[in-house]
Amino acid sequence: MIAGLDPLFLGDAGTMEVLLIVVMKVVVAFALLLVSVMLYIWWMRKFIGAMQNRVGPSRAGPFGILQTLADGIKLFFKEDLIPNKADKLVFRIAPFFSIVPALLVFSVVPVAGDFSSGGDGTVTWFGNKTFVQLADPHIGILFVLAMSSIAVYGIMLAGWSSGSKYPLLGSVRASAQMVSYEAALGLALVAVLMKTGTLSTHDIALSQNGGITDWGLVITGFVPFIVFFIATTAELNSPPFDLVEAEQELVGGFHTEYSSIRFALFFMAEFMNVITMSAVMVTLFFGGPGGYYPSFGPAWLWGLFWFVGKVFIFASVFVWMRGTLPRPRYDQLMDLGWKILIPLALGWVLLLATLDVFEDRGNDGGLSQILVLVVSVTTLTLLAGLLMKSITIGKERREAEGEEVFG
Amino acid sequence: MSMLNFFKGFAVTFGKLNHATKSGKVVTTSYPKEKRDKPLRLHGRHVLNRYDDGMEKCIGCELCASVCPANCIYVRGADNDLDQPTSPGERFGFIYEINYLRCIHCDLCVEACPTQAITETKLFEFSFTDRQQAIYTKEELVVDDTGKPKHLPWEDWRPGEDEFTSAWMRATSPSGAASYAGKVQWTPELGYGTRQPEKGQSEQILETEGDQ
Repeated sequence: MIAGLDPLFLGDAGTMEVLLIVVMKVVVAFALLLVSVMLYIWWMRKFIGAMQNRVGPSRAGPFGILQTLADGIKLFFKEDLIPNKADKLVFRIAPFFSIVPALLVFSVVPVAGDFSSGGDGTVTWFGNKTFVQLADPHIGILFVLAMSSIAVYGIMLAGWSSGSKYPLLGSVRASAQMVSYEAALGLALVAVLMKTGTLSTHDIALSQNGGITDWGLVITGFVPFIVFFIATTAELNSPPFDLVEAEQELVGGFHTEYSSIRFALFFMAEFMNVITMSAVMVTLFFGGPGGYYPSFGPAWLWGLFWFVGKVFIFASVFVWMRGTLPRPRYDQLMDLGWKILIPLALGWVLLLATLDVFEDRGNDGGLSQILVLVVSVTTLTLLAGLLMKSITIGKERREAEGEEVFG
Repeated sequence: MSMLNFFKGFAVTFGKLNHATKSGKVVTTSYPKEKRDKPLRLHGRHVLNRYDDGMEKCIGCELCASVCPANCIYVRGADNDLDQPTSPGERFGFIYEINYLRCIHCDLCVEACPTQAITETKLFEFSFTDRQQAIYTKEELVVDDTGKPKHLPWEDWRPGEDEFTSAWMRATSPSGAASYAGKVQWTPELGYGTRQPEKGQSEQILETEGDQ
């Protein structure tokens, strides 16, 4: 079914009402996302300024809040250049491959609702029960993965169609980096999905509403979250993995030749992605809009409060990393993705699968569970050791052959 | 343990937040609300000085115009009206214009002037919006009756910037000769009278010459 699991579509509400509520959700989600990107960029600049002993934006509007708006207006009035050697059509449509997925990912994230211990996450507006998210298809999280894959196209096409060296190099690096970390992302995701058993984001958030011990973070062990976090940072081209667009490396990377609105779209897409992927992480691992709901006030508003608070903390952690970490070298980045994160995520998935099968077969804890745990952890450690050893042996062999090997 | 050092880095940046929110710890100056103190002898916008009795010091000799490397001064002298002389002497600066779009504030004109008529204030924050406003005429350059420079509408004067306009001249001696250091060479200036020379090339000379 295309309509998904939203009770608005499954119920017997009139077509006009459904249409109005959906349109209202679309408008609010779009506006909310744009405003939150604006505020996020302001907050990021203030926060980084504070970490660097300086004031961030402070002149445009009170405390500099309108700085991003001023930047946007300035970009709007700049000259729109298309280089001579550029592929005109692809150059024009590449920014949209970046921004449209960024906008669409937000549509499957549960933003608010009654996710307390007894609630079912719905909200009643104008007499109709509905979810506080734009859409809740059965494929939920898979949609998020699909959109982040399309975002790679935006960067790749932008760099290639610019017709000059640095953007091409930047986009090639970017596509390699994003594709390799997507594998780690997917594997970390599999760990969560195994435990929740469903792809729908609403159901994932709902299954975590029993308190902190029900959060995805705890029921999958902490490792998938760490892998997902690092992989997301690399997916978003966020520092420290921002080799793609680092000014010290490649001028501007894939967006060197872009100006005016096209650049503004890339710029916005990047920070929008940070917010939406933080929202996805909160949904998968931290219980979405769940938390302690006091008894006064509408419950769905408390859900919104918890959701916004958690996303804010995550977005701030991204900013914190931006201000703290130096950039790894490109091959170090690739090593991290392929040789550390993917084996780790895969190993953890195997471990969780083993424990799940063990439970499914009716065994209920006690000595045999500990035995299974010990055996699987030992096997995984041996395999990890084997992998590390093979990497070191490979390095030594290449050194012996005279090839220069970096650490 | 290198793994722990990784997280210590985060503690460093997090610790900076506390540092930065305490007032006075942020190293940024909120320009233009607060400005840093300007050095005493900063080269800024020029003024045409007058004597204590109100007569202008400029005699229209055009030395400043000829020494200016940027060709930004336009001077034309005219004979003094004998009944109402503008300057002591035979001639005065009839037309005097400085084009601040060309001026590089080298103050060679200040060094060249034989009557110390042209000196400079510490103001460099003047931003005009029209090319014609950039050409400062004699009326705009001459000091007013209290000896202070005129505050034009587009200039951002702060307290202290319109005082001691002759500070730079006062610290150097004519043509840099060491034997002139410490000797009062300065004519009385409107609003200030005669002032002591500043410590220049040789402090010993000032001390040995005593009070001047």
